[in-house]
Amino acid sequence: MHIEIDEISKQFGTTAALHPVSLALPSGALVALLGPSGSGKTTLLRILGGLEFPTSGRVLFDGQDATGVTVQERRAGFVFQSYALFRHMTVFDNIAYGLNARPRATRPQKAEIARRVTKLLDLIQLPDIGARYPSQLSGGQRQRVALARALAIEPRMLLLDEPFGALDAKVRRELRQGLRDIHDTTGLTTVFVTHDQEEAMELADLVVVMSMGRIEQIGKPQDIRARPATPFVRDFITA
Amino acid sequence: MSDVSLAGPPARFRPATGESAGARWAMIVIAFTGLAILVFAPLVAVFVVALADGVAASLQSLASRDARDAIRLTLTIAAISVPLNAAFGIAAAWLITKFDFRGKAFLITLIDLPFSVSPVVAGLCIVLMFGANSAIGGWLVANGFPIVFAMPGIILATMFVTFPFVARELIPVMIEQGRAEEEAALTLGASGWRVFRTVTLPNIRWALLYGVLLCNARAMGEFGAVAVVSGKIRGQTATMPTTIEMLYQEYLSVAAFSLAAVLALLALVTLLLKTALEIRHADQLAATHRH
Ligand SMILES: Nc1ncnc2c1ncn2[C@@H]1O[C@H](COP(=O)(O)OP(=O)(O)OP(=O)(O)O)[C@@H](O)[C@H]1O
Ligand SMILES: [Mg+2]
Repeated sequence: MHIEIDEISKQFGTTAALHPVSLALPSGALVALLGPSGSGKTTLLRILGGLEFPTSGRVLFDGQDATGVTVQERRAGFVFQSYALFRHMTVFDNIAYGLNARPRATRPQKAEIARRVTKLLDLIQLPDIGARYPSQLSGGQRQRVALARALAIEPRMLLLDEPFGALDAKVRRELRQGLRDIHDTTGLTTVFVTHDQEEAMELADLVVVMSMGRIEQIGKPQDIRARPATPFVRDFITA
Repeated sequence: MSDVSLAGPPARFRPATGESAGARWAMIVIAFTGLAILVFAPLVAVFVVALADGVAASLQSLASRDARDAIRLTLTIAAISVPLNAAFGIAAAWLITKFDFRGKAFLITLIDLPFSVSPVVAGLCIVLMFGANSAIGGWLVANGFPIVFAMPGIILATMFVTFPFVARELIPVMIEQGRAEEEAALTLGASGWRVFRTVTLPNIRWALLYGVLLCNARAMGEFGAVAVVSGKIRGQTATMPTTIEMLYQEYLSVAAFSLAAVLALLALVTLLLKTALEIRHADQLAATHRH
């Protein structure tokens, strides 16, 4: 799905988390929102997911104004920074949650839900953990379960807030490849937040560099490396 | 083979968080003496006096009309006020922990008010507001719905006194859990009500249960506020605690203490219920703790 952000701004009381920013994300792209802490990355991602509403501006999905569309109707697969798995449910029930939440008319049969959950567990290469609780998983496993849960609703886009933030370097590299593979097989427009420039450059098709609620530069990794648009970008990518 | 963990560490290698043996024993003794004197001894004494004339006499006093009416009234009051307070408590905790708004600090203070105001004062406030001499009270009495010296007044008084229990248990738990799981459920397409039912409620159920049990124990035991608003009319508005006091004033100590023993037993049953539930769901409790 093609996503367009048109002059979006967000005010929290007197703090401006986002000055008007505009951005077009081509359908099927893997996009990184890169920037230091407090630059407005999470805020922008939450606006895309419908968890936060902009103070001004519009969000367009495939050319349609989606600014007022509720979080439920957006069908954005959202992976939270701390994964936010339902701790009182098994992994199976976590992944099935979105399907079970559908209205009766569109809800798949029990057997069909089980089939889809099994398929997703295979996709994240953790076929045997359906009966476990989140507290019985490693950080990397939790992250993959969160991804499977987001994919279960057949989302129109995938939004991930620092998906590899709390993991060690080796797991991180593995999961990066995992996200790349899942993106390539599903073809979903995917936006992930990171403050690690290496991660952004390595993984993304398109990198959006942000600072203090503004977009400093948008471009392919190699273009940003070759021609940083502002002194901030130059400092940030060489840091 | 030396198994250090079984043999216990030598005194020189005391764990960093441990105390010296002497201090540990002193604390254990103080805790147990305190418990024995303040909690256990009075409880035993109640049962001893209740059974002073034998089991038969005690049961007979409980079978009296006044005693049965009082037990029925107290159970009814608890059955009405505890669910209402659970609902209000959940709503208040939800409001405080999930939303940012002006006057939040004030609301938190307000929730604690019943803990700091004497129950007698609370009872008097209800009498002032709803008594036959007030505008509202006069109108209500004229329309056949008296509040003071009647059941609604007792429920109001009980609810006022027990209001903080549920909210107080829930607020820290809900703050600690944050909103991420609820937001996740929303992005997965769940409606607000479904999120509450399938995510919020299961996450707070133990705190809720504990709050409800405490609330229930206090609701059944409330004396001061209820004494003021109920008028203590036997067979009509006399609850267990007020009946106990009246019997005691009349030197009917077996009757008074028998009823007191029933009240204490009801409280003990609540606690046992809680413990039993905790044991039964121990695995779930462990699994649903913080990751
Ligand atoms: N709910 C909120 N209430 C008030 N201010 C907020 C809120 N959420 C974010 N902010 C402010 O908006 C600005 C941008 O925050 P945001 O979370 O989007 O940053 P970020 O780029 O995701 O940072 P990080 O890398 O630390 O997660 C910050 O100054 C932050 O303090
Ligand atoms: Mg963030």
